[in-house]
Amino acid sequence: MTGLTVNTDLLRRVLVGFIREEVRKIGVERAVLGLSGGIDSALVAYLAAEALGAENVYACTMPYRTSNPESEAHARLVAESLGINYQVIEITPMIDAYFERFPDASNMRRGNKMARERMTILYDHSAAHAALVLGTSNKTELLLGYGTLFGDMASALNAIGDIYKTQVWQLSEAMGVPREIIEKKPSADLWAGQTDEQELGFTYREVDELLYWMVDHRCSRQELLNKGFAAAFVDTVSAKVQNSHFKRRMPVIAKVSNRTIDRDFRYSRDWGK
Amino acid sequence: MDFTVALAQIKPKLGCVADNCALVEAAVAKGIAEKADLIVFPELALTGYFLKDLVPEVALAVDAPELVRLKELSRKISIAVGFVEAAADYRFFNSAVYFEGGETRHLHRKVYLPTYGLFDEQRYMARGEQFRAFDTRFGRMGMLICEDMWHLSAPYILAMDGATTLLCLSSSPGRGVTEDENLGSTIAWQKLTSTTAMFLNSRVLYCNRVGYEDGVNFWGGSEAVAPSGAVVQRGKILEDDLVFTRMEEGALRRERIFSPMMRDESLSITLKELQRIDRERER
Repeated sequence: MTGLTVNTDLLRRVLVGFIREEVRKIGVERAVLGLSGGIDSALVAYLAAEALGAENVYACTMPYRTSNPESEAHARLVAESLGINYQVIEITPMIDAYFERFPDASNMRRGNKMARERMTILYDHSAAHAALVLGTSNKTELLLGYGTLFGDMASALNAIGDIYKTQVWQLSEAMGVPREIIEKKPSADLWAGQTDEQELGFTYREVDELLYWMVDHRCSRQELLNKGFAAAFVDTVSAKVQNSHFKRRMPVIAKVSNRTIDRDFRYSRDWGK
Repeated sequence: MDFTVALAQIKPKLGCVADNCALVEAAVAKGIAEKADLIVFPELALTGYFLKDLVPEVALAVDAPELVRLKELSRKISIAVGFVEAAADYRFFNSAVYFEGGETRHLHRKVYLPTYGLFDEQRYMARGEQFRAFDTRFGRMGMLICEDMWHLSAPYILAMDGATTLLCLSSSPGRGVTEDENLGSTIAWQKLTSTTAMFLNSRVLYCNRVGYEDGVNFWGGSEAVAPSGAVVQRGKILEDDLVFTRMEEGALRRERIFSPMMRDESLSITLKELQRIDRERER
């Protein structure tokens, strides 16, 4: 586990500085985020409040009728303890109106639609408050592709996208995120009783350890086996990383000109900032 | 002679030469007001770092008005600053220029352009071809740009060429958060500056920028290192700073008497062995 342990003071400083500078250099002062009641968005809210001041952070909880009421209670707890702006916007009418036409839609389709519905609300609030949308996907989720493309994966800035879930826990403890949020089982809360670890088939602590050696240290398959990771686990996780890579890239553009966006037309996003 | 150096740990705006010139000139004015003799800026201080396709657009010829203004200011304070240099043949270099007394004393073109990991410099810029020491009113100096310093031969050549002060202009991205209180890149650089000074019995004046570009932080922590390897002064980590340090001639003199490694260093053995290696590699 040692490799994943971080100096939380230093990490906090880098991430708070990131939000403060990357938001302000765009010429805005505010940020908006979806507060699910889970630990990732709670941590981002804590970082954002420290970076921008509580009055400049706008949080929305966007429950569906099947969402666990505890999630909303936890989101409210975060918002109230930080003193950030907070709103609850039910997405049930929008989601139900759509699925009336597709009553047989799977849980996955419904979950994705909800995630994208929430994204449209956050981007609307982005325009309403002149605030940038903060992402809440951590490195574990991003690498495994455990998120909805253009849904919860959509954001302007992501402060926690390079830290694993295990590190999210560490930093959350250090920043004083309420204990009940740190200790509960991670869940996307897309349907009743869902937990991430049950759905993924392994725990975050196990997979973070593997991803750390696989991705950060570029260990070969044989080196991972020598470290004691089971072959099937290594192969399953490798496949998840590879097969979800499309979610981490911009849409692919058919090249016909001499200068194609992102291929030979290359500029940083902070161009001129 | 004793002199005061200012290390200007600034936060350039990406691709905004006019804004960055204003930032640099403001620091120069502060340096003059505080009676500093020399001010050192980071690598690519006039342009920002992750330029990509902006390189040709922000490049300046050595006689560009932006640089001429700084050259004029060097009548009051010596200035070392990093920029993108446009050569007459339209090659672009990651360069550092040293102005003093209203003249250009030296131009260094970065030799080792990192093109791995998060770096992509050689895709956009041409490689410099030499390391040369040069004379200043503070004695002989050498300039290195960031990655240059990670090649042992670079500061070695400058020291053998008589430099007793090494300026290193840097834009070092912060990375590697572990249990340590410092970033991995900070730990590595601090070892490097101190070891280089100690090996070569030379001062190291390291200036690193701060700020974020596309989520990448630059960690600052500029340093004035004595020829013993002791850090005399260190800038703030992850924050703007302007660090003034008095550099004593006596510290250099004493170190060179106590640890005369550079006096004893054999250029001819080194050269002979390197030539042998070169011959053997050809075969």
